[in-house]
Amino acid sequence: MNFWNDPINFIANWLTGLLTGWGLAAGLATVLVYLVGITVLIVFAMLLDIGLVWVERKVVARFQDRLGPNRVGPFGLIQPFADIIKLVIKEDITPANADKVIYNIAPVLAATSVIALWAILPLSSRIFGVDLNVALLYLVATGALGTLAIIMGGWASNNKYALLGAFRMVANMVSYEIPMVVTLLIPTILADSMSVIGITEAQRGLWFAVLSPLGAVIFLISAIAELGRSPFDLTEAESELTAGFNVEYSGMKFGWFYASELLHAFTFGGFAAVLFFGGYGGFFGLEKALPWLTNPFIEAAVFIAKAMLGYWVIMWLKYSMPRVRIDHMLAFNWKFLVPLSLVLLAVTATLHKILIVLPGWQYALGMFFSNVVIVAATIEVLRDYGRKQRKAAEELAPQAQL
Amino acid sequence: MHNEWLYIGLFLIIGIIVPIVPLLLARFISPHKPNQIKQSTYECGIETVGESWVQFKAQYYIFALVFLVFDVETVFLFPWALSLNQLPLFVVLEGILFIGILVAGLVYVWRKGMLEWV
Amino acid sequence: MTAEQIIFLLTGALILVSALLVVTVRNLLHAALWLVVALFGVAVLYAILQASFLAVVQVVVYIGAIAILFIFAVMLTRREMRDTGPQTRPNWWIAALLGALVLTGLIVIMLAVPGADRTPAALPEGLDTVWALGNALVSPEAYVLPFEVASVLLLAALVGAVYVAGVGKKS
Repeated sequence: MNFWNDPINFIANWLTGLLTGWGLAAGLATVLVYLVGITVLIVFAMLLDIGLVWVERKVVARFQDRLGPNRVGPFGLIQPFADIIKLVIKEDITPANADKVIYNIAPVLAATSVIALWAILPLSSRIFGVDLNVALLYLVATGALGTLAIIMGGWASNNKYALLGAFRMVANMVSYEIPMVVTLLIPTILADSMSVIGITEAQRGLWFAVLSPLGAVIFLISAIAELGRSPFDLTEAESELTAGFNVEYSGMKFGWFYASELLHAFTFGGFAAVLFFGGYGGFFGLEKALPWLTNPFIEAAVFIAKAMLGYWVIMWLKYSMPRVRIDHMLAFNWKFLVPLSLVLLAVTATLHKILIVLPGWQYALGMFFSNVVIVAATIEVLRDYGRKQRKAAEELAPQAQL
Repeated sequence: MHNEWLYIGLFLIIGIIVPIVPLLLARFISPHKPNQIKQSTYECGIETVGESWVQFKAQYYIFALVFLVFDVETVFLFPWALSLNQLPLFVVLEGILFIGILVAGLVYVWRKGMLEWV
Repeated sequence: MTAEQIIFLLTGALILVSALLVVTVRNLLHAALWLVVALFGVAVLYAILQASFLAVVQVVVYIGAIAILFIFAVMLTRREMRDTGPQTRPNWWIAALLGALVLTGLIVIMLAVPGADRTPAALPEGLDTVWALGNALVSPEAYVLPFEVASVLLLAALVGAVYVAGVGKKS
């Protein structure tokens, strides 16, 4: 074991040895090593978050045919630091009618719920916080805490816009969570594991996006809804609710809502990569010919690149789509996504169980075509529904035309 | 196994401390000159009318109830999904029966018109 | 006292204090949030017991769904989110007596269980508790019938919710 093929364990062992050499108890030494590792990981996440501010602003500018920040430093790279200094030295205004304690807890909880995701994010097969055997449910659990933070912030502001934002967060959550959890079950079945490392390792040969492309799409849609990003940004909806739940926040407290949203989007890009696109690995067996691909640093670079790509897709959708109306969002979820994802789950489970005995390529083809059939059937049902709707409209229309 | 949760616990503690640090820093270096106008609730330029804590729209609640039932259901499905590979084929049928009963519930709610936004 | 015991005692104290605050705090939304703290404490207890699945499910279901449903209910039912009535009823001492009796009974029963005062053996190395749980839930020798009945129960809950909501709509 050396630094280049197992950096975390190498440093951890060295540090534990050093600390126990100083006469510390083994348990205490472990806790201290954990604390050091956690701090490094979180600081890395925060630095990445600062970078994301620049990425987001630059990308949105390009989508809107602008240049974006380009004054402070080369390509405006110093801009986010200027932003942070501004946020920190800005006066922090707390509305007089706000529920002060909850008002102050909300931004911290929002940030913590996103940071907590990094505990299970596998940057590489040997660089990760912890390989939890219930990682996917942990992902949902932190989402629940994030939801709670937004409800708390919106309620404690004692502002009508903010409260409406909090109400909509509730509607948002009840719409995305079921299809998301159901699509989380699909990689669980395919990989026979709920740990992120197990799921990634199961995709060494073939990405789950090939076995279940529909699952990947449903996951992406519900992930965007969980992030509260456009087209599901009803909690903020700047044209109706000014800024929604965070309208009364200023300074660094607003900064944490903003920063956690960006980091959340990136982290979900990473989880989309883990669940459906091979995570840090998934080289289709190429690593047997090129063993350097399994170097933890290469794997981490691949993972960050895939997560960035996922983040970019989320931004692409955000800046190209109009906002969904709230009743449409609920109808879209309960009348379309939930039934579709449950059917997909049932079909995936059955076919996986039946086809697993076949050779690999036949299994993959079977799984892929089952998805194609489901999509075709769904389109047929929707077309039929649309036809009926148009017919009903035409029956009403003649009087209107006269 | 045990150390995993110790790690998560420590992670959460540091994850709470990290956001607090800049907030404390901001508290010390940012100006603090509150006045009544500045601290008033933002609405649209004029004084806020009525109670800000307005009542919740009842329709959300029905969706929330339906959501709760499905949330519990999907949690039951995780252990099922994990044991799928080791057990015989009829285990799949058990899961599909489980999903089917819940889909029947969804159809019922739908037919009753509870999924309409009024 | 081991570190584990200290964490357990701290968590227990947190659960008790927040549970007490749930029933004594005047502001209803604060009560709901203290309930979240108490439920989170229970999740920590599960984590200490190495029951990973229960710990995360506790957060997903109880905080993510039930506590948020409580917050809805608070927002839905009260225009004034502040309870102004007296906090105790005249017959509170009967409830206190009953509570003390039940607690004593529970402690007596627990002490009567053989081996209740022993520290449980550590789980075998490499045992996947979630897999064991799933196996027990779906294998016909174990709990497959309760598993299916659970879905019927959920269906009944759904029908009940629709009925209650429908009644509310008409009035």
